[in-house]
Amino acid sequence: MSGAAGPGPPAGPGRSPLPCAPRPAAPLQLAGGAEPARPGVAVIDLRFPRGAAADVQEIVFRNFYTAFLSVRVQRPGPGGSRRWVTCLRDLCLMPCPHTEEGSQDYFCLHRHQMLCDVDQVTAMRFILRQPSPVWLHFTIEDLQIFPPGQKSPQKDFPSWLSQLTPPEQPASLHGELPDPEKVSTEVQQMWVLTEVIRARQAAARIGRFDVDGCYDVNLLSYT
Amino acid sequence: MQDPERGLSLTIARVVQRLQGSSLHSQLERQARVSLHKPEIKLESLKEDIKDFLKTSGWEKKLQNAVYSELNVFPWPCHPAAPPEHIKEPLAYMRKAQGSWEKRILKSLNSMCTELNIPLAQKRPANEQKELLNKWNEMGTDEPDLSLFRPVYAPKDFLEVLMNLRNPNYENGEQPSFRNHLGLIQVPLKVKDIPELKEDFSELGLNIGQLGIDDSAQVPPEFFENEHVRVGQKVLAEQDSAAAQQYVRQGCPTALRADLWALILNISNQPEDILYYEQLKSNVIQHNLLVDSLIYKDVKLTASNDDYYFVFEDYLYQVLLCFSRDTSVLEHFTYSSATPPKSYIQGKLGMEEYAVFYPPNGVIPFHGFSMYVAPLCFLYHEPSKLYQIFREMYVRFFFRLHSISSHPSGIVSLCLLFETLLQTHLPQLFYHLREIGAQPLRISFKWMVRAFSGYLATDQLLLLWDRILGYNSLEILAVLAAAVFAFRAVNLMEVTSLAAAEAVLADLSTLKVMPLLQIFLFATVT
Repeated sequence: MSGAAGPGPPAGPGRSPLPCAPRPAAPLQLAGGAEPARPGVAVIDLRFPRGAAADVQEIVFRNFYTAFLSVRVQRPGPGGSRRWVTCLRDLCLMPCPHTEEGSQDYFCLHRHQMLCDVDQVTAMRFILRQPSPVWLHFTIEDLQIFPPGQKSPQKDFPSWLSQLTPPEQPASLHGELPDPEKVSTEVQQMWVLTEVIRARQAAARIGRFDVDGCYDVNLLSYT
Repeated sequence: MQDPERGLSLTIARVVQRLQGSSLHSQLERQARVSLHKPEIKLESLKEDIKDFLKTSGWEKKLQNAVYSELNVFPWPCHPAAPPEHIKEPLAYMRKAQGSWEKRILKSLNSMCTELNIPLAQKRPANEQKELLNKWNEMGTDEPDLSLFRPVYAPKDFLEVLMNLRNPNYENGEQPSFRNHLGLIQVPLKVKDIPELKEDFSELGLNIGQLGIDDSAQVPPEFFENEHVRVGQKVLAEQDSAAAQQYVRQGCPTALRADLWALILNISNQPEDILYYEQLKSNVIQHNLLVDSLIYKDVKLTASNDDYYFVFEDYLYQVLLCFSRDTSVLEHFTYSSATPPKSYIQGKLGMEEYAVFYPPNGVIPFHGFSMYVAPLCFLYHEPSKLYQIFREMYVRFFFRLHSISSHPSGIVSLCLLFETLLQTHLPQLFYHLREIGAQPLRISFKWMVRAFSGYLATDQLLLLWDRILGYNSLEILAVLAAAVFAFRAVNLMEVTSLAAAEAVLADLSTLKVMPLLQIFLFATVT
């Protein structure tokens, strides 16, 4: 099961992924092993074309039965050399690796979730782990890296969205409420994305079920 | 999977989008405008004053209920990059299996059409329309010739499909190993074990009062029942959906049940809802669907033969025929793994402008479908309210019982949960039944697909459905099925064939649901 077959997930308005060529997942092999073992660890290497360095804002991918993900990036270190740094360690994609939960879900990793700065990255390495022996293959698919600084176009969302007032704190609130300013900006972005999704919805709602008063139907269609 | 703040914003955006343009939205706008005439609304603090007014007049509560309803029904949003089919069902092989199953159903329906030479739908001639309108309240007296019609499928056909469900990426070796499940379901879905169920269903614990246990004749009502009824009346007075949902986990008093369920499902039976139902009724009068005959046949075969439900035969037609014409049901296909069947107006094959869904609500009834409606007839007597309650129950819960999906309340997960519970906690019984060729799921499948309707006594069934609403999950069906096996374990250990096992479990009408559940979850030595 190698990297992406078929169209990747839609990027959303105004966002285009960085061009890169991820090599297919290579399982870890022990030197001198007689038969090809199933080690449960695989690595996907990714380089940006022509050695260009890029800043990473988001990593989006679709999981395929990988349980844990670690990400290492190659960045310029002190003194001009390049170093490998771990920016994500053992992110759990499947809470229960023997079962289906999370096995084919879409994931999105933000730069603020990373352990280190992900600017001026020249190469990335995705270390996939699947400790359960019941799965035949595991990998991640439709891997896309997005650079920062692409503002989603403000497509006529209602102005009241930008004026969300902070919620009143009820008397006994145990957890913390998220910062309303931050939520407000996120809501604007998400609003645009949901508009895109709605435009793409396959099943159009038909208010009346007939066509011009006629509903003479003979056979069901298979397509 | 994404960080919670983005998930929150996405949820807010989605709920707002859903509620925009709804009748609640226009009512709120109207109320806000009307409130401008009131003296306490001042121009300087307009926004705050209107918000206070909406709160004190109870409109904020209605909005809260609507938001709560949306959060309950629609799935937690995944990443916006996920395509619509992923929201319906994340696992590709399950989508494929559901597609093949649907194709089988379509073929079956088409062949019935061509054999009987009846179109799927046609307009009723004027005299027939008039006749039906006159007979609307007594359609049960009709005795049409339904001998040539057969149900499109029965639960046992569906079970065969589920048994053959396989994940192509799973190591399904021929040799028995730890990878193969001992039951009929072979897909590795995550199901809860008893400690997790105890936590989820904590309100069913031994030290908490329950209707169905603590309201029996031997227990003085001062201990629990009176107080519980008082709290129920208070919840109804407050008109708070979330509070009602929490309350019914301990059971509904009979007198309050109809109103509490309507509050939880956010059904208010406004004039526009009654109008909508009348519109559906006129659609039934105008067009004759083949599906109508299937509904007639199903009602005649199941509900009419049932001692408890035969009196409601006419109501069942009034609800189910209208249900088939209701295009608002199509909305639930965004979060259901199923897809509505498509067809074309006669003579316009392949032209998209003439593409329609058939039946208009996209749901083809199967054998036993009318049993989802029958118990509700005890609670609601006004047809439009009965209709709305059933429709809401269907798009929240019942649709999961006859489609292939990986959802924790989907029938596949329920079957696996049942088998896992039985195997873990009654291993001897499970092994014995397997050895004699009586896989337990073969017996319990029909109970779960019908949510036990028609198998339990009605008062017990309603106590069970209280908990389905209270916990917003169907997992209790699998737990009850396992509890029933546990209850009759001694007899089952002595049988030597599938037929004998079926006989032991044929009659569930004397069972008391809540003690069984409580004992299985909280009082069984593990």
